[in-house]
Amino acid sequence: MIITKQKDLKQLIQLINNEPVFIVGCSECATLCNTGGEKEVLEMKDNLLKENIEVTGWVILDPACHLQNDKRILRGYKDHLEKARIVLVLACGNGVQTVNDIIDDKKIISGTDTLFLGEIKRLTEFDRKCNLCGDCISNSFGGFCPISCCPKSMLNGPCGGSVNGKCEVDKNLDCVWEFIIEYFKERDEMDKLKKINAPKDWSKSTEMKWRISE
Amino acid sequence: MNFKSGLEKVLVDGKFAVTAEVGPPKGADSNKIRDKAEMLKGYADAFNITDNQTAVVRLSSFGGSVILLNMGLEPIMQICCRDRNRIALQSDVLGAVSVGVRNILFITGDHQSFGNHPGAKGVFDIDSIQLIKIVKDLRDNGIFQSGDKILAGNPNVFIGGAANPFADPLDYRVDRLEKKIDAGVDFIQTQSVFDLDRFNIWMDEVKSRGLDKKTHILAGITPLKSLRMTERMKFHVPGVSIPEEIYNNMKETKNPKETGYDIALKLINDVKKINGIHGIHITALFWEDIIPNLVKELNLFPRN
Repeated sequence: MIITKQKDLKQLIQLINNEPVFIVGCSECATLCNTGGEKEVLEMKDNLLKENIEVTGWVILDPACHLQNDKRILRGYKDHLEKARIVLVLACGNGVQTVNDIIDDKKIISGTDTLFLGEIKRLTEFDRKCNLCGDCISNSFGGFCPISCCPKSMLNGPCGGSVNGKCEVDKNLDCVWEFIIEYFKERDEMDKLKKINAPKDWSKSTEMKWRISE
Repeated sequence: MNFKSGLEKVLVDGKFAVTAEVGPPKGADSNKIRDKAEMLKGYADAFNITDNQTAVVRLSSFGGSVILLNMGLEPIMQICCRDRNRIALQSDVLGAVSVGVRNILFITGDHQSFGNHPGAKGVFDIDSIQLIKIVKDLRDNGIFQSGDKILAGNPNVFIGGAANPFADPLDYRVDRLEKKIDAGVDFIQTQSVFDLDRFNIWMDEVKSRGLDKKTHILAGITPLKSLRMTERMKFHVPGVSIPEEIYNNMKETKNPKETGYDIALKLINDVKKINGIHGIHITALFWEDIIPNLVKELNLFPRN
């Protein structure tokens, strides 16, 4: 899932600058991480009203990253949109830009910061799991990804800062190499970890377009 | 045998090597390096110039190495993987060798969040083991990481690496060293040794795998200057192990510098006795002027 967090309300109010706002949420990721579901969109509406900012309407796109779907849904909100000068999008960075592709006579404001592609660990806790590198290497690491789960992307074992299974960068972060080593140890395959893993091929991470061939 | 560097000659000749760290200044004043180097001249075989250690911007390890070369001293230029991708790293190795640098030590590097530019984008395109292998391939096979061929001069460099016997998981620490050796490391400088018990456990495993015969291991030594420094290293530097006994000595002493000096002296004498240890690497943080006395008292002076 795409993990987002809401931007600071004061900063958003400053950007909105007392202009009428239409709020867009998203039914998928932003709903699940409590940043742009119906609950958060309505909370945002109340917060803006408290600041005497006019809210002309709101919608939850399904999902916001779906261009054709968004066009269809937003058509139904033509009147609300017309009255607004700002569209505040509570979705990921992709959702923001897809809405921006459709609406060109309003100022689009992103209400969130997109953090990472990650896992919902608990309802209110999320862990980075994927850096979208275009060439998944988890098959070589017992299903774990040291590129995304290690702040230094170490491919050949833990760095010197791994202490008691925790990462030196963040004491709350488990060192992913503890899990990888455990995985191979349990299977009596530690020899596999003695092999030097070659530098990663990043050329796949530069894809800008993808088309499913007919 | 043609030696790539003076340090290699000392180690291959089986002499006990001494290296020392010269931390570059936060600024362009070359005298800061020159003064330290002048004071340390003759007291070590080669001098590490660190590469923006702890992610704090300093005069570059390349610049510092050139200053030492111009003074007739032998640098161990450090290169870390945090700030440069494989293109820049390989280019820097070629550039350094072209001006006379013959020892380069490769590390992954401290994370940028620890330094004075926490907003920097960390590169970490490759890790230290991969970089060591890349440089060995440049040197011995004349090929770049991509497989492209070197056209004009393989970099004839003595390849160094770091090892931390005190980080976790303990049983994988020797595997990491073995990987560095397989990758092509010629010499190793370890994390500062305070915890001799743990260091011995690590060394026993190193020796049982015969790894001490495949690379030259220099034990890291950091003289403790004050209680504050001891506490910082004990409680805040990841991967450093300071036993209670040393901590208590530093806590109880009336003369921390003298006690710190004595502890360092004893540690060096102890690691010298460990089979498979080929030298020491002294990192005297902000206390470089202690090194001449230390080296003299250990009967390791003169170096030639």
